[in-house]
Amino acid sequence: MYRYDEFDHTLVAERIATFRRQVQRRLSGDLTEDQFKPLRLMNGLYLQLHAYMLRVNIPYGCLSARQLRQLAYIARRYDRNFGHFTTRQNIQYNWIRLDETPDVLAALAEVEMNAMQSSGNCVRNITADQYAGRARDEVEDPRPWCELIRQWSILHPEFSYLPRKFKIAVSGAPVDRAAVKFHDVGLYLRRNADGVVGFEVIAGGGQGRLPYVGHTIRDWLPKEDLLSYLEAILRIYNLGGRRDNPQKARIKVQVNALGPDEFRRLVDEEWAQIRRSALLAVPRAEIERIAAYFADPAWEVLADDPVAVTRQRGVDPGFDDWYRANVVAHRTPGYAIVNLSLKAPGIAPGDLTADQMDKVADLADRFSIGELRVSHRQNLVFPDVRQGDLPALWQELRALSLATPNIGQLTDIIACPGLDFCSLANARAIPVAQDLSRHFGDAAVLQDVGELTINISGCMNACGHHHVGNIGILGVEKNGQEFYQLTLGGSSGEDASLGDRLGRSISAADVPPAIDAIVARYRALRLADERFLDTYRRVGIEPFKEAVYGARAREVA
Amino acid sequence: MTGQMILANRLTDGRVVFLAADGRWVDDIAGGAVATAPGVASQLLATARVAESRNAVIEPCLIDIRQVAGHRQPVAWREAIRATGPTVRTDLPA
Repeated sequence: MYRYDEFDHTLVAERIATFRRQVQRRLSGDLTEDQFKPLRLMNGLYLQLHAYMLRVNIPYGCLSARQLRQLAYIARRYDRNFGHFTTRQNIQYNWIRLDETPDVLAALAEVEMNAMQSSGNCVRNITADQYAGRARDEVEDPRPWCELIRQWSILHPEFSYLPRKFKIAVSGAPVDRAAVKFHDVGLYLRRNADGVVGFEVIAGGGQGRLPYVGHTIRDWLPKEDLLSYLEAILRIYNLGGRRDNPQKARIKVQVNALGPDEFRRLVDEEWAQIRRSALLAVPRAEIERIAAYFADPAWEVLADDPVAVTRQRGVDPGFDDWYRANVVAHRTPGYAIVNLSLKAPGIAPGDLTADQMDKVADLADRFSIGELRVSHRQNLVFPDVRQGDLPALWQELRALSLATPNIGQLTDIIACPGLDFCSLANARAIPVAQDLSRHFGDAAVLQDVGELTINISGCMNACGHHHVGNIGILGVEKNGQEFYQLTLGGSSGEDASLGDRLGRSISAADVPPAIDAIVARYRALRLADERFLDTYRRVGIEPFKEAVYGARAREVA
Repeated sequence: MTGQMILANRLTDGRVVFLAADGRWVDDIAGGAVATAPGVASQLLATARVAESRNAVIEPCLIDIRQVAGHRQPVAWREAIRATGPTVRTDLPA
């Protein structure tokens, strides 16, 4: 993992000292709320419905056991004993006091974490594939490049007041597990025709009120040109992005208004200027220095598929279900990537209590070389588990309710905090997710249905990624009541697509039966092992519309 | 009974508070002042604005309330959740 150097430590310490003074000035009345709000947002502090919320960066989803223990301490000492992992690989605390926030930031700094730029109109936390450095299908580890972008973008003087927030995701694998095409800038590490690794650059993706799949604006970019090219994109956006209407201020609006070809031309023109100075060319020595932090651990020489695991799978269906759903192939023989599901029946997606955090940290030390990952689907990952340890780890995770065998399946639901916490929301998201996870709790049903994602947002801002759920659920408010609009056919993967609206919105009570009807229709229509998404793309929306609305009397206008 | 109350977030911790008749800010909706006439509501809002300018609270606003089963309840669902807290994670200590 990356470790802070003296510059990082100094930067973060100075930032906390500055914010501590700003908080004191706010509490003493020297700053008004209007003056203070942009300052607190730059430090990740929001005011939500019930209290302040602090969003903490987990850079590209990488977390050490030591850091997780500190997050547990913060949850216990300063919050209500839990934290919420988000779709941007951050953690949010929902009950932080303003006057204690500088102390929380200081506690984070003790373990080399911070909340800088987790809000505001700047470059946000850089996100990545949660299997980075371990996936068998990976072209190259994206983490050193994420760290490079992080260092370049933190307190970048030119990009501290962008028209709107700016999100960057990086994947080193052809299978997209990071929703790359739905970011302001998305990067895939790819080989060109000569076998040289560089970046495919995608711009203008995003969700929210105006969802777009990003456009490829450069098929292949040499790695040493990454920062100069990003600088060119940010500069064109900073100069030309709309500032008159926050709803239309993201780069996706600019890219799609200009058209990808014209946007590309502007970027290339700017890039040519920037490249005249070699200032932003990435020196090989620097990326190698950063990459050394992500060097492979000292894996043992082991064989795949140890007999004890194969035997256990044969005699214990519960273990076998978990193995098939939550265990992923590792690029090193004898090791496995293990997903910890934060989606047990009835649990708020992405929530983890302080006690669970402490115990997971202990398990990470015991089973995963002290390292974890956070996924954008709001789960945790142990990246380096010896296959022979899987039965013992499974038992431990079961005791913590973190072994639900549902990764990528019907109850692995993404949900934003919704109206239970968020001041922007129109409807609750968490209770809908809880109902669905209880309703579809049968492991046999989950297995039979297979890959099917459900994403729930409490408003059009789409923090719950409803546009890209195979089934999307959007909370809306009508005459003071909550209703839910369904979309079908979304995908955040390399086959990215936006969901199609199914029909009129329905009540919360009608959501589980509606999903039942959709799933039943899929099971009736699918061919062999066809995924839900593929069936939907083959047969279209009409059979599902008929399944939900045709046979149901309680439809709401 | 229907009426209006002042709801805001307290500056120091962000918690939801209600303006009481004596000018204090209280955590419990039951302790807040209820205006049943437009003139009274304006007075409450003016008091709240002074408190805001003195940095006691943030974004005070008037909300409509009604009596449900003997208890005051905000009419709007959003404000009802603000008044009583999240409907989830009730298993954890406040």
